[in-house]
Amino acid sequence: MVINMVNKKYEQIVSKHKPTEHREQNALVAFIVGGLVGILGETLIQLFCHKFHISRSEASVCMMITLIFIASLCTALGFFDNLVSFARCGLLIPITGFAHSMTSAAIDYRKEGPIYGLGSNIFKLAGSVILYGVVSAWFFGIIRILIGGGA
Amino acid sequence: MSSKYKNVYLQESATVVGPYEKEGPLSKYFDKKYDDLYCGADSWEKAEVKLLKESLNLLLKKKGIKKEDIDLVISGDLLNQITSSSYAGSPLNTPFLGIYSACATSIEAMILASTFVDCKRKKNVVIATSSHNMSSEKQFRNPTEYGAPKPMTATFTATGGASALISAEKSSIKVESGTIGRIIDYNQKDPFNMGAAMAGAAADTIYRHLTDLKRDVDYYDLILTGDLGKYGKEILKDYMREEYKIDLSKNYNDCGVILYDTDKQKQVQAGGSGPVCSALVNFTMIMDKLKKKELKRVLLVATGALFSPTFVYQKENILSIAHAISLEAVE
Repeated sequence: MVINMVNKKYEQIVSKHKPTEHREQNALVAFIVGGLVGILGETLIQLFCHKFHISRSEASVCMMITLIFIASLCTALGFFDNLVSFARCGLLIPITGFAHSMTSAAIDYRKEGPIYGLGSNIFKLAGSVILYGVVSAWFFGIIRILIGGGA
Repeated sequence: MSSKYKNVYLQESATVVGPYEKEGPLSKYFDKKYDDLYCGADSWEKAEVKLLKESLNLLLKKKGIKKEDIDLVISGDLLNQITSSSYAGSPLNTPFLGIYSACATSIEAMILASTFVDCKRKKNVVIATSSHNMSSEKQFRNPTEYGAPKPMTATFTATGGASALISAEKSSIKVESGTIGRIIDYNQKDPFNMGAAMAGAAADTIYRHLTDLKRDVDYYDLILTGDLGKYGKEILKDYMREEYKIDLSKNYNDCGVILYDTDKQKQVQAGGSGPVCSALVNFTMIMDKLKKKELKRVLLVATGALFSPTFVYQKENILSIAHAISLEAVE
């Protein structure tokens, strides 16, 4: 009982001194940067479509590979983390974030060797994305079959 | 639980730091500074070992003693199985005690060393601690190159190695008394708000130190907590006033906000942390001011969060502890 009262008093003081995060500002930056990544992606698709005379779906795959390459290169060169700290979800949610999560983990654990280091840790962050990505893809696939007959 | 020491003195100290500490306001006090976080080693962990090893070697050189003269080394750090301390201590080939109380490690070491010296079991005891921003990030948080956004209450692990020599030989700084902390649980769960997790432990230890030794808060010229940071500091002040009716507004500060310039060095967020954070302030500026008699009595309270990522993910509370030691300038 006494402990609970102390905890409560302490909790009040803690929340009093909790700074307010700049949520609106962060959201706006993420929206703009994320949008720019989207524009870049679309530009690449158009470029690939017209330049190499391939279909849109093939061009999308090429666009993703290009963005993954750019993001991984920037991570390897050591400045993508600074961009992420600034743009936050604007760079973490698009495919750039996925690539970055794998490259950064790979860099971190390379010294522990190819098996116990890089190999077992490269999916440290990306593992969750893959697992739940696959699970939800399966789930939405089922919904699509049930509602639209798989069309 | 507080004990006074009769004949214990702080002799000499040595510190080696990384780039962020070099840019900070205490830069001139450090013995060796690196511009690069790798410090010439090929991994973050080895860099941390190197920093600690160099600080131990510098300590012997500054004091002019050989490693054979050391009777005991007490050291601790943040890495799993306190490996930095073991690898850095190994070349000394002296009796060695590895300890852990997270960021309160340096003061725990000082209390142990003072006890050994005071009861004349050991003559020259070296205390040491280290931390590295990147090795801690890698172990406790995300990959170092990930740059995950952190809330404003997050603190920044200091990079460096620090060591000091304690013995019964009279010097200008007396280790006067020490208080061993209790493990405190105030129901805190946010690993990005360590200040809040640890302020309760600091309050408990400061209160018990003052009551045990029947001292007023004004007895000290300065009371210094380890790494509560900007927000934890305010929590401690408020909590001390409301719970114990002790006013810390005049003579209190925190090493986490002294080590860095929190206005200019934005990346440190709420301030410095890590076992070496308090040591880098205490073993440099504070020792210097005590030697010059600009400060007469100082109470050092290092705070540590006793948790691991595993226990946080299993939804356990973050425990904390604070150990205190009082230093006096010798007339």
